Amino acid sequence: MKTATKMKTIGDTVPNWDVDPVLSVEHLTMRFGGLVAVGDLSFNVGRGDITALIGPNGAGKTTVFNCVTGFYKPTEGRIVMRHGPGRQDDAVQAVTASGLKWKSAAEGGVFLLERMPDHEISHKAKVARTFQNIRLFGGMTALENLLVAQHNPLMVASGFSLGGILGLPHYKKAQSAAIDKAVYWLERTHLVDRADDPAADLPYGAQRRLEIARAMCIGPQLLCLDEPAAGLNPRESAELNELLKYIRDEHNVSVLLIEHDMGVVMEISDHVVVLDYGVKISDGPADAVKTDPKVIAAYLGVDDEAEIDVPEIRRDVAKVVAAAEAEKPAARRSAAKARKPAAKAGKAAAKTAGAAKADTATAMKLVGQTKSAKAPAKSSASKAKPAAKPKAAAKARSVAKTEPAAKAASPATSSATAAAKAKPATPAAAKPAPGKKTAPAKPAASEIKIANAGDYPGKQPHGTKKPRTGGGNNLTRIKGIGPANEKKLNALGIWHFDQIAAWTKAEIDWVGAYLSFPGRIEREQWVKQAKVLARGGETEFSKRVDKGDVPTSVPGRRGAAPARKPASKGGKA
Amino acid sequence: MEYFLQQLINGLTLGSIYGLIAIGYTMVYGIIGMINFAHGDVFMIGAFIALAMFLILTTVLGFTFLPVVLLIVLIVSMLFTSAWGWTVERLAYRPLRGSFRLAPLITAIGMSIVLQNFVQITQGARVKPLPPQIRGGVTLMQGSTENGTILVQLSYMQMIIIFTTIVLMAGFTLLISRTPLGRAQRACEQDRKMASLLGINVDRTISLTFVMGAALAAVAGLMFVLLYGVIDFYIGFLAGVKAFTAAVLGGIGSLPGAMLGGLLIGLIEVFWSGYFSVEYKDVAAFSILAIVLIFLPSGLLGQPEVEKV
Amino acid sequence: MAASDTNKPVVAQRGDPNSMYESVKDAAMAALLAGVLGFFFIGIRTDIAPGGLDLKMRWGAWIVAILVVFAGRLLLNLFVYKTRTPVTRSLSSGLPGSENTLAQVGKWLKWGLLAFAVVLPFFFTIFFPSRDRQFIDLAILIMTYIMLGWGLNIVVGLAGLLDLGYVAFYAVGAYSFALMAQYFDFGFWLALPLAGLLAACWGLILGFPVLRLRGDYLAIVTLAFGEIIRVVLLNWYEFTNGPDGISGIPKPTFFGLELKRGEGGFADFFGIAYDPIQRFIFLYYIIFILALITNFVTMRLRRLPIGRAWEALREDEIACRSLGINTRNTKLTAFAIGAMFGGFAGSFFATRQGFISPESFTFLESAIILAIVVLGGLGSQIGVVIAAVVMIGGIEMLRNLGFLQQVFGSGFDPAQYRMLIFGLAMVLIMVWKPRGLISTREPSAVLKERKRIGADMVAQGEGH
Repeated sequence: MKTATKMKTIGDTVPNWDVDPVLSVEHLTMRFGGLVAVGDLSFNVGRGDITALIGPNGAGKTTVFNCVTGFYKPTEGRIVMRHGPGRQDDAVQAVTASGLKWKSAAEGGVFLLERMPDHEISHKAKVARTFQNIRLFGGMTALENLLVAQHNPLMVASGFSLGGILGLPHYKKAQSAAIDKAVYWLERTHLVDRADDPAADLPYGAQRRLEIARAMCIGPQLLCLDEPAAGLNPRESAELNELLKYIRDEHNVSVLLIEHDMGVVMEISDHVVVLDYGVKISDGPADAVKTDPKVIAAYLGVDDEAEIDVPEIRRDVAKVVAAAEAEKPAARRSAAKARKPAAKAGKAAAKTAGAAKADTATAMKLVGQTKSAKAPAKSSASKAKPAAKPKAAAKARSVAKTEPAAKAASPATSSATAAAKAKPATPAAAKPAPGKKTAPAKPAASEIKIANAGDYPGKQPHGTKKPRTGGGNNLTRIKGIGPANEKKLNALGIWHFDQIAAWTKAEIDWVGAYLSFPGRIEREQWVKQAKVLARGGETEFSKRVDKGDVPTSVPGRRGAAPARKPASKGGKA
Repeated sequence: MEYFLQQLINGLTLGSIYGLIAIGYTMVYGIIGMINFAHGDVFMIGAFIALAMFLILTTVLGFTFLPVVLLIVLIVSMLFTSAWGWTVERLAYRPLRGSFRLAPLITAIGMSIVLQNFVQITQGARVKPLPPQIRGGVTLMQGSTENGTILVQLSYMQMIIIFTTIVLMAGFTLLISRTPLGRAQRACEQDRKMASLLGINVDRTISLTFVMGAALAAVAGLMFVLLYGVIDFYIGFLAGVKAFTAAVLGGIGSLPGAMLGGLLIGLIEVFWSGYFSVEYKDVAAFSILAIVLIFLPSGLLGQPEVEKV
Repeated sequence: MAASDTNKPVVAQRGDPNSMYESVKDAAMAALLAGVLGFFFIGIRTDIAPGGLDLKMRWGAWIVAILVVFAGRLLLNLFVYKTRTPVTRSLSSGLPGSENTLAQVGKWLKWGLLAFAVVLPFFFTIFFPSRDRQFIDLAILIMTYIMLGWGLNIVVGLAGLLDLGYVAFYAVGAYSFALMAQYFDFGFWLALPLAGLLAACWGLILGFPVLRLRGDYLAIVTLAFGEIIRVVLLNWYEFTNGPDGISGIPKPTFFGLELKRGEGGFADFFGIAYDPIQRFIFLYYIIFILALITNFVTMRLRRLPIGRAWEALREDEIACRSLGINTRNTKLTAFAIGAMFGGFAGSFFATRQGFISPESFTFLESAIILAIVVLGGLGSQIGVVIAAVVMIGGIEMLRNLGFLQQVFGSGFDPAQYRMLIFGLAMVLIMVWKPRGLISTREPSAVLKERKRIGADMVAQGEGH
């Protein structure tokens, strides 16, 4: 245990959590009725690491916790807890096949948490947890709280109460040992002076610490903390950081924590997993996650997307807009002037790029490569490898990170990804995809080439380098698309409602991943909206846009093609 | 088949009475989350008031036209029983509002003991018989078996009971779903503190809930007197336990659940008595309650309790 | 209506010059309400007469009742509710007021009561030789309820599971012994542990299906279970003799010696004169020792992991599960141990009465035991003792108020009012002290300083 490698991701090394995971969550799905709280989530928690699970409110973090600690039974997926070093893949396979809940060996053991009831997860698999809204035994003293946590060993020592009732000395010894252990943790959490006070009497910060002390008293190998810093003042928060580091370093306990306080997360985490809408959007060391555009998008939220300042995407957009501008028909040009920022950016880009039309693809390829190099550990492949075995997947992922070109060869990569990521010249990409009945005379592969298209699951939708005659539609009339997203879509060659209306599932996945908000397109029903708008109809939202009621959309610009009626309502703007 | 139909009618009649009492339990539970153990005895009080009022009208004042007599009896017994319901709440539950949940349960049991013994002392322990007032009925079906003919009869009394129950149920459903009082009640159910912050008089809403529950219990009491013709101070306990069972079976806190539970308990009892043994009808009702709760821990129509972690 | 404004705190009435007027008005409203409520019950009485039911008007009693309520309410208003110096305040300052002092008194009271309980039979035989039988019998009754209260305290007070059917285990214990004696000629001492075991088994059988239930669902199922047991005992005529009950249940022996007159008896063996009181004293010590065992085991269990787990379960079941406590087994243990003590008490009841019938095991018994536990203070052992003495002892004392007959006439039977007063006392004590008489909790383990835990912190468990 002491030998557990403290190997952190440096450069291209395989990260600790993939080599020596104490906990593996594999393809975890949790549905509540129709609601998918967590969808096909996979991540590892490294032994001896502090792993942070972050994400916006409602991202499904606590649901993951409840699945790990047995309070919910996951709908699908496997959760493996390992005692002892290494991946122990053979043992995991053996236990999974055997139908047993766990198997212990001399130097460790493998526990399938999704098969175990909650109290066994704590008792046998040694996973301890705390709660978002503190759950102490308020009417019992701090000391008693810590003694309750040592229930199982004390129960054995008391001869399942019989020996205890008769007052055998064996139990007395065990009890005083238990009190010593409790006092140790009370000292560690600066609570020893309050040992005989009822827990409900303690101030908030002390209650949080007591809950951690109580969890530590079960002697866990993995400590799950649900927002431990919530409601703490900065000083208490700093103390908490020290305590967690102490727990990790001195007791070799791995820590998995949910936290909103980024100060805490960034300071102490060895590994950060980011969830949004129940899907993993980023996974890696804290520094890498911090700069991941998807994380930024998820955190800044949907409506503020215009504010997103992601240099790579901005550059992509600028290039494409500039290219389009160069060839734009006069009618379109006047419309584009209304969108000042875009036009400005476009002009600025055009200045440097000159007649960049031909170079667009290459430029983007370059951008894409720098992007993936910048965030080497970013795994966007969570959805792409549903069939892959965990080990293979992990391997493939680490390989993919260092050498994007080799990805197509990896057996774990799904064929869909392979097809989508193919280089411009690859014939596979040129093959027309089946099932596109709605798209009018649409060629198969997109005219826009995105270099790292293969990083995203699904299939890149068809795009044209420029809008059809008459200019593009005002895509901001679709709820969920603001000016920034419109620009990004334009950069992909998406100009018209009917293009969006024709997206297939694979294409939606791809665009969702590309725009850094997987799942949002389905949730906001872009395709459905686009179908209505493409017919020239109106949605509730588009009416509001036309009235100028939606600050994140561009009113008064109804765009060209499908509008049957004159823009009478748009006159207000 | 005929026997079955006859039992069905009898079961529905009994179930209606249970359902009316069960509504009182379920409304009180919904709004303040306590078991009003005294509610069965409020039903008993209602039955006694109805009996006394009936005697006053017929023997002292000499009324003879039965429908008018019954209407007056109904109104008077609803009013007076409501006063009892209000007083019980005021004396035994309101001082404990916001206190620990076991305290009002104990005062409720205390109140139940008080009411039973009060009636026993003032009215005597012996049963009070009342000869059947509404006779006759319609024969729906006639069948013959080897033992002779079996008639499927729906008596006028049963018709009145089932009809009144349906009318009252509809009325109460409207009251809860449409009126400001119902809205206030539902608001108090959700969050009493917030409701009072929004200007709802919580105490008055709760009092009115008890008053409405007691009024329904009075209706049930009158029907019980007319249907069975025998009452004593102890009828409240068993009827109360059955009605509470019904409320829990249907999912406590839900009005349609209370009615459904009442009907089910009535049917179970009658069918068990009809086909198996009269002695064990209570065992059957309670066992089915236990079985249902094992599989549906929140009753048939109750809100499933979500375990928030 | 009437008293709706009295609910406001006294402060609101401060310096109100109309205090007298307000009080009278309020009392008048209360009297009006009493008139309404009493009209059909006090003012009218229906009785069976030859030609059906007969109505009898009792205007006198009705008016007296209204006046009593008016006067009572007025006095309360003037001296308690609507005055700046309520008499209750000076009264309560005279009493050991605060929780802590009460608990302190409880500590000493504990030893005092124990000492008194040890010498109780001799105390009564020496100081009340004429009525010693009656008093010792009452002491046996109270002790039985104390034992039942302590047993139920494990389930309700410690584990926080509301059990409204505790009397079922009492019945199982009593009938186990009675039937074992009837069919197999078992003596008391042989049957006692078996009866306890059987009751514990029934505790498990009941406990198992209801484990998933919460709060009031648990309450109604336990109540239903109690009723099921009673109805079965009542109707299974061939086995239990139905409503006729079982008689001729053997008395306990003192190491094989029967407490009887003549040769081979207890008195004969020790060479003392036979006195029927000896049997009562013997029974008293049996139940006293059984109760002490119950108390000892409960106190020990509280300091053991299982007891702490019960209390933790009462506080927060979800947290318990996160700490590796098997809540199902923990609850079942509580049910089984509580039931076992109920079973012991039941077989003692059978041997003491010599006759049992389903009549003795109604819901009212469950309610009384639960009331003793709650009135005494959940989880408090001494509280149970105080509540049992007050409730059971006080109520039985009402039987002895023969002098009241001189006041109210010979038709007045004070025993009739026993249960009415019992019910009122339950309501009043609860309103006065909603957490029971002794509501503080003693921690089960101490590091430096033993501090009592206030009632407001202690949860009452999911069972309520």
